[in-house]
Amino acid sequence: MSITNEIRYLASHEWGRIDDEGILTVGISDHAQDLLGDIVFVELPDIGKTLEAEEESAIVESVKAASDVYSPLSGEVIEVNEKLLDEPEIVNDSPYEEGWFFKIRLDGSSEFENLMTEEEYTNSCEE
Amino acid sequence: MVDFHGWSMPINYGSQITEHNEVRESCGIFDVSHMTILDFHGEDSELFIRKLIANDVKKLKQNFEGLYSAMLNDNGGVIDDLIAYRLESGYRLVVNCATRGEDLKWISTKVKDYEVEMIERDDLSMVAIQGPKSSEVLSKCPAPIVRALESKKKQQGVFGNNMFATKTGYTGEIGFEVILPHDQAINLWKNAVEAGAAPIGLGARDTLRLEAGMNLYGFEMNESISPYECNMSWTVDLKDEKRSFFGKESLLKQASEEQHQELVGLILEDRTILRQGQKLQFESSADLEGIVTSGTYSPTLKKPIALARIPKTTEQICFAEVRGKKVFAKIGTPRFIKEGQFIFKEKT
Repeated sequence: MSITNEIRYLASHEWGRIDDEGILTVGISDHAQDLLGDIVFVELPDIGKTLEAEEESAIVESVKAASDVYSPLSGEVIEVNEKLLDEPEIVNDSPYEEGWFFKIRLDGSSEFENLMTEEEYTNSCEE
Repeated sequence: MVDFHGWSMPINYGSQITEHNEVRESCGIFDVSHMTILDFHGEDSELFIRKLIANDVKKLKQNFEGLYSAMLNDNGGVIDDLIAYRLESGYRLVVNCATRGEDLKWISTKVKDYEVEMIERDDLSMVAIQGPKSSEVLSKCPAPIVRALESKKKQQGVFGNNMFATKTGYTGEIGFEVILPHDQAINLWKNAVEAGAAPIGLGARDTLRLEAGMNLYGFEMNESISPYECNMSWTVDLKDEKRSFFGKESLLKQASEEQHQELVGLILEDRTILRQGQKLQFESSADLEGIVTSGTYSPTLKKPIALARIPKTTEQICFAEVRGKKVFAKIGTPRFIKEGQFIFKEKT
């Protein structure tokens, strides 16, 4: 059972959006891109790589600092957003749509429902 | 907004990169009132300033003209970098905000032996207007002082209507810095913004100065770094042999010895920024080691750049290990951009 198009979060500011085929699209939150400032480089995982939940999977570098991007859940990388390599500023402009990082096919070993809801995430940012 | 040594300052007003490009292509305005302004008056003021700093204010031919200098400790290490201006009577030093406490401590103990009064001018603000269109912006501001500034050369200045305006800056572009009372600063800010100047935060101030190859205290230099190791040799004036200044003896000793380290510029083709403190290595000289003093993404070159202190070497390439990956950099002059033009020279 999955809920189509629902977005959930990690406390480390990644979001995951699940579709009804068990594919999770991953990106960083609007709050994260705002904290980072202008993003200048993005490094993406290799297609075919298996990621564990909360494993370092990509890197986002801004004018201020480089940060790891963690995979919210475990699964195999099936697609990456190569557009970000040449136009990383897309992450600043559209963190939830155009600025997604990669997609994984979930292997079922970790549960989408265990991730933070929008409300839980927003509260954790305010703490 | 961030707390910058007690001052609440913006890292950026919007996008740091957009702000950077505004200054390179048009005109930006900076609130740099955090800078510490110290005036020195009294009959010994020239004698004292010539003793206090490594550059020689004797060569300032005009009132309100300034020169860049280091203030050294007895070991020849840099306590601070500053600009010294000649006033109608006396001198003005503009020193860093981050080093204000250390500077005041040092100067206060030294000034006691002289007929000099030091006044900290916290009644004044400081605004920088920088970029190829800065003259155009200033000419639209209702301040007559601007017309007088037109005929002046770089580093020179004028004073009138409580405004002290000089052709100086920290961006590598043509521009002006104006020191003036707080209420007038607010008006100047409003007028300049209305005339097209974009407000610029601390973030772009840093990337602009880095592209221009200008030092930042605590990064390229500190109390244990000699001016010879941070691209400030040109500011040490030894022409007048009779002039004594703090740190001179130590520098003379260093000058007679081989210099071991120098400040260089690095350009990277990889998509990785080298940050302050990053260790640098050389493929064919495994015993040598350098360190990144400042590193950033250059919005003008669209590549990572850095300033680094490395041993004197004939190596043209160095590398760093970042996140388990070897990243290579071309070594060259510690300056990249001047007035919008690429001026970096690779080491040959």
